Order: sequence, then structure tokens, then C-alpha cells
Amino acid sequence: MHPVSLRQVGKTYRLGSVDVPALSDITLDIHQGAFTVLAGPSGSGKTTLLNLIGCIDTPDQGEITVAGQQVQSMPDDALSDFRARHIGFIFQNFNLIPVLSARENVEYPLALAGVAAGERRRRVDALLDAVELSDRQRNLPAQLSGGQRQRVAIARALATAPRLVLADEPTANLDSHTGAAIIALMRRLQREEDVSFVFSSHDPQVHAEADEIIFIRDGRITGIEAGRNTAGGRP
Amino acid sequence: MSTWSLALRNLLRNRRRSLTTLLAMVVGLVAILLFGGYRSNIIYGTQTGFVQQTGHLQIQRRGYFLDGGDNPTAYGIADYPRLLERIRQDPVLAPMLAIATPTLQLGGIAGNFAAGVSRSVMATGLIPEDRNRMMEWNDLGVVSYARPLPLAGAPGDTVVIGTGVARKLRLCALLDAPDCQPASPPATPDGTALPDDIAALSSLEKAGPAPGAGHRIEMLAATARGAPNVASLNVIQASNMGIKALDDVYMAMHLTQAQRLIFGAGTPQVTAILIQLHHTGQIPAAREHLGRLLAEDFKEADLEILDFDTLNPIYRQTNEFMDSMFSFIALLIGVIVLFTIGNTMSTAVVERTTEIGTLRAMGLRRAGIRRLFVCEALLLGAAGSALGVLCAVLIAYAINHSGWSWTPPGYSYAYLILVRVGEDPGLLIGSVAGMLSVTLLSAWWPARRAARLVIVDALRHA
Ligand SMILES: Nc1ncnc2c1ncn2[C@@H]1O[C@H](COP(=O)(O)OP(=O)(O)OP(=O)(O)O)[C@@H](O)[C@H]1O
Ligand SMILES: [Mg+2]
Repeated sequence: MHPVSLRQVGKTYRLGSVDVPALSDITLDIHQGAFTVLAGPSGSGKTTLLNLIGCIDTPDQGEITVAGQQVQSMPDDALSDFRARHIGFIFQNFNLIPVLSARENVEYPLALAGVAAGERRRRVDALLDAVELSDRQRNLPAQLSGGQRQRVAIARALATAPRLVLADEPTANLDSHTGAAIIALMRRLQREEDVSFVFSSHDPQVHAEADEIIFIRDGRITGIEAGRNTAGGRP
Repeated sequence: MSTWSLALRNLLRNRRRSLTTLLAMVVGLVAILLFGGYRSNIIYGTQTGFVQQTGHLQIQRRGYFLDGGDNPTAYGIADYPRLLERIRQDPVLAPMLAIATPTLQLGGIAGNFAAGVSRSVMATGLIPEDRNRMMEWNDLGVVSYARPLPLAGAPGDTVVIGTGVARKLRLCALLDAPDCQPASPPATPDGTALPDDIAALSSLEKAGPAPGAGHRIEMLAATARGAPNVASLNVIQASNMGIKALDDVYMAMHLTQAQRLIFGAGTPQVTAILIQLHHTGQIPAAREHLGRLLAEDFKEADLEILDFDTLNPIYRQTNEFMDSMFSFIALLIGVIVLFTIGNTMSTAVVERTTEIGTLRAMGLRRAGIRRLFVCEALLLGAAGSALGVLCAVLIAYAINHSGWSWTPPGYSYAYLILVRVGEDPGLLIGSVAGMLSVTLLSAWWPARRAARLVIVDALRHA
């Protein structure tokens, strides 16, 4: 079973009286345990597609199935709970909760999912260890570098062991050296945790790591390519 | 990492804004509490004053209160010793009863005939010892300014008059008024101002040369049979009654003296029996029982019971006036606090739009977002309330120990400015509950707006 399937999905934004088609007729399967990259020029619809997959936006047409569930018509609370259980997010601007320490940021989704304190502690310790931030866990986000913040964000996205992690240009705000380290980390954790990653990125370094690259232009899929690095993926 | 700790941290993150909001709440709450405390003190003070003077209930002949005025003879209660005895012995009333005492109200003309001056007065015949005990009533623990009547233990012909009466009668020695013109020696030693027959009556009443002759006056009244009667009285004090209209006519005398003046050798009567209870709250019970007692044993006497509110309409009016002022101030402050907190929360929502989007994406429900902001506001409200109460209690303590005073309308002496904040749990709880409600109300809309943000729009917010 594919963690994500889209069938004839379309999304149109309305700007005043003008309809802006952001996505049209998207049919797509994301493979389990794969490192999938959405590639395309600015404005092509990558973020829109990720939002639909992440169940934080709803399509105008078509069906979206995530982790075996039709999500396009789920009520808001059910969808929130669904996201808490099945989907992790990594953002371009890290989006850590500023008043929570690195450790608490990672712990937050676990608390939200109602995981018991002891279990939470073990999981957070392991994740902080995996992103090599155990010695910075008491720091607030403002006291961390960009790369460190994104590592916290990665640990947070993985905390509840979701089926799917979505990342919208996770390296765009990082220098290329840090970006490369972040990609390597994500790649490693994706394999260790056997989770499906979907990215949007302009970054050639990200493309280089992909199992699969989906090309988008003007809201349509123009091609799907197996990535150069297919060793770890199981398409 | 509960919602509360998250809320607290967000408040601490914006220290300046939180402090400003807190300050607005504290100032508002202090204003409400201090005014409320002052209002309580005035109301309790007024109640205490009236209870000391009129008692809680009065038994009068039906119609006397509205129509009787200064006509004691038409509305006298002849059977009053039995009635008093009955009240004092009643097993239900006795435990509630502080004092039951008779009084006789009469009108007449007081004259300092030696100086050729006179004026009409409203005299009250009373039992000074009872009245002085009534003045000790202080169930509400206010600072009482009542001074005992000097008539207690004084001879039967002694009276106390209002300073206005004393002035009119030129009894300047009793007054602290340098511009008072003392009685000049009358043109004719016998006092030509007095009709001969009344002067004759007066001299009959006089039992030899009076001590302190400078303070002697005569009181002329109509007896029950309509004939004039005169008593020679010894003024031992002039007291300021505060309200000029009262001060100009006031006279207090011994009940026996008043009765002799009106009823002569006939059966002495009274116009009212004053009943003072231990607690104001006992009025309904006492009234009900008393009503039954009157209906059973004193049916033919045609008596009625007047309660505290009827006897002192100004008490209720004072209450209503203070209440309306309090409500107005509370409303004003409530609105200000409402907008201050509302503004703070709205700003917080706008500032944290991206954070809201992130939390929602991570799976926090709308209600969770709402709770977050409501908790934040409630924390502010709780902190503001706690600080406000603390400040109000401290300021109240300072005011109560500062000795500040003022003279309220209708009072003849300065009143200590006292505020009852700590002693008034109703006020404290009410104000704090009000403050928290306003907080909740003002946070509701911003919190709702935050909860309804479209996630992708919130995340796009730079
Ligand atoms: N809220 C919106 N209202 C109107 N139009 C929108 C909205 N969001 C996106 N669009 C439009 O939809 C199209 C796709 O936008 P999207 O953000 O998905 O592009 P993208 O591929 O992520 O671009 P970039 O690489 O610059 O991030 C664009 O034409 C954009 O203008
Ligand atoms: Mg984008």
C-alpha cells in the first residue's frame, strides 16, 4: 500500500474574480520508505501539493489517500488528530515554538499524541541523540544556529514515528554545507525509521539524494524520474 | 509542557506588553475595590446610625407614621407597658431582641422667655438609658460616632436641644459660636413677650429658683384635651444634628416629662415602641412574629409595624445611589480592561500567526489553539486580580490608618475615610469574578480568530 495516493487532484485559488489554477489533474503515488523530491520552478505548485498531501489544505477536485484513509472530506478535528498521528512537518523557516527548549519542541508532538511521560523521555533522548543535539537540548530556538534549529525540527517531525514526513524546501535557509549535512541526516533517519519523506526543493544536493523526483510545471506533473541514488529506496 | 505553562511562557516572553496589560487590570481593580470598600463602609455606617437612632422595627398606631406628625394625642398607645412587657417576655422575640423602648413624639413651642425669644420644636420623649444602649449597637463593626445622651441619670426636667434651637433661643453659652448674640436683659423683667396666662402657667410649673438659670427654657405644648400646658426645662446640652432642618427643631427630653406635658395627670401614652434587634437580618422573622403577637393580644389597639426601610427611606436611597455609582464605575473600568486585554490578545494572535499554523499542522485542534490564548488571558487575569487585590488591601490599610476624614452631606462632624476591602469577601469575590469574566470575554474573540485561521495562510504569514 502506498502511503500517499492522489487521483485527479486539482486546486484552484481565486484572486478576486480571476481563477489561478495552482494544481490540475495530479495523479500520483508516493512509495513507502522512499525519499521523494518535488522539483519545479517557482510558482509551479510544489508547496500547494505538499499542503494537500499533508492534510493542511483541501483539494477542489479529486481524491487523496494518506495512510490508507481518504482525507479530502474529513472534518477538521479528525484531520487534526490524523496529522498528529501520521504526518510530520519540516518547514523552510524551521518554525520551532520559540518559548520551548529544543527538547520540549521535540517532545511537543508526543505530548499532543498523548504518549506517556516515560515513553516520551526515551523517545526524545533517542531523537536528540540521533540529531546530535543532546548537549543543546535546554537551549531555546533563539539560542541555536540555523542548522541546529533544522535538526531540532527534523527530530520533532519524526517524534511520533509518522508514516510520512513532509518538508517544504528544508535547506533553502541554510548554507550549502549545512544543507548537505541536513540532507544526509534526513536520509539516514529516513532509512532508520523506515518513513516516507516528501520534499520540495530547488537544491541539487537534495535531488542527488532522491529515490524519486517528480517534476512539476504550471501545476501539472511533467515527469517522474528515479533518482540517481536508488540504493536505499524501495520503490 | 501543559497549555498553562506554554501560556505563561508566552506571557513572560512579552514582558513589557504583559506588564502594561497587568497594570491596567491592577489599576482598574484597585479603583473598583477601593470604591466598593468605601461604599460598603458608607452603607454599613448609615445602617448602623439609623439602627442606633430608630431601631429595626417600630410599633405605632396605624396611620401615625404617614398622617400623625406632631399629633401624639390622636395616635397614642395607652396600653404600652403591657405591650412592652409582652414583647420582652416573648420566648421567640426575646433572643433576637436587643432593646425595646417607648418614645413619645410631640410638637410645641420652646421659649427663652427671659430673652423674649421662642421657636417651635419637635421634641422626643425618651428613656435615655435605653437610647444610650441602643447607640452601642455595632453589629457591622463600623467606627461609630454616636455620642451618648447626657440625659441619662440627669434630673427629670433636663433636655438636650439642637444647636439651631439653642441659637434661636440665644443660649449662647451652650454654643461654640462667637457670633451668637446672648440674651440681652429683657426690657421688662417679667417678659412682656409672654401672654399673661401662659406666664402664670409657667410660674406654677417652676419649682423654685432653677440651678443654671441661664439655660432654663419653657416648653409650651397642647395637652390631650387641647389646653395649653407649660414645662420649665433645663437645657444641659446643645448638639449639632447635622441636618439643619432637624437641628433647628430638635429637642430630647425624659419620657416622663413629655408625658406629663401632654397627658398631665391622665394615663401616659407613647407614640411608638422602638425595637432594636441584635442583627439586621432578623427583621423579617421578628416582624412576622410580632405581627402575630399584635393580632392576637392587641387587636383593639389598631397597631402597625414599621420596618427599618420604611422608617428610613433615605437608607435605601443611599444604597441605591451608591450602587448605581459603583455599577457605573465598574462598567467603565470593565470596558477599559476589556479593550486592553482584547488588544493585547489580538496583537499576540497576529504576532504568532506562523506559530499557530505550525501547531495546527502538527495536529493541535482548533479548540487547542483557543485554549492556549484563553489560558494566556486567564493567567493575565488571575495575576492582575491577585496583584489588584493585594494592592487594594494595602492601599485600604494605608487609607484606614491615615486618619483622613471628610464631612458627608447631612453630617455635623467629620467622618473618618474608611474603606472595607479585606473585610468584604462579597466585594472581593465579586470583583475578582468580574475581572476574570471580562478577561475571558475579551480573550474569546481573538482566541476564536486564532483557532479559525486557515492553516496554509497562517504558515505563509511572514
Ligand atoms: N493563497 C494563495 N492565493 C492565491 N494564489 C496562490 C496562493 N497560494 C499559491 N498560489 C498560487 O499557486 C501557484 C502555486 O504556488 P506554490 O506556492 O505552490 O508554488 P511553489 O512551487 O511552492 O513555488 P516556490 O518554489 O516559489 O515556493 C502560484 O501561481 C501561486 O501564485
Ligand atoms: Mg513553495
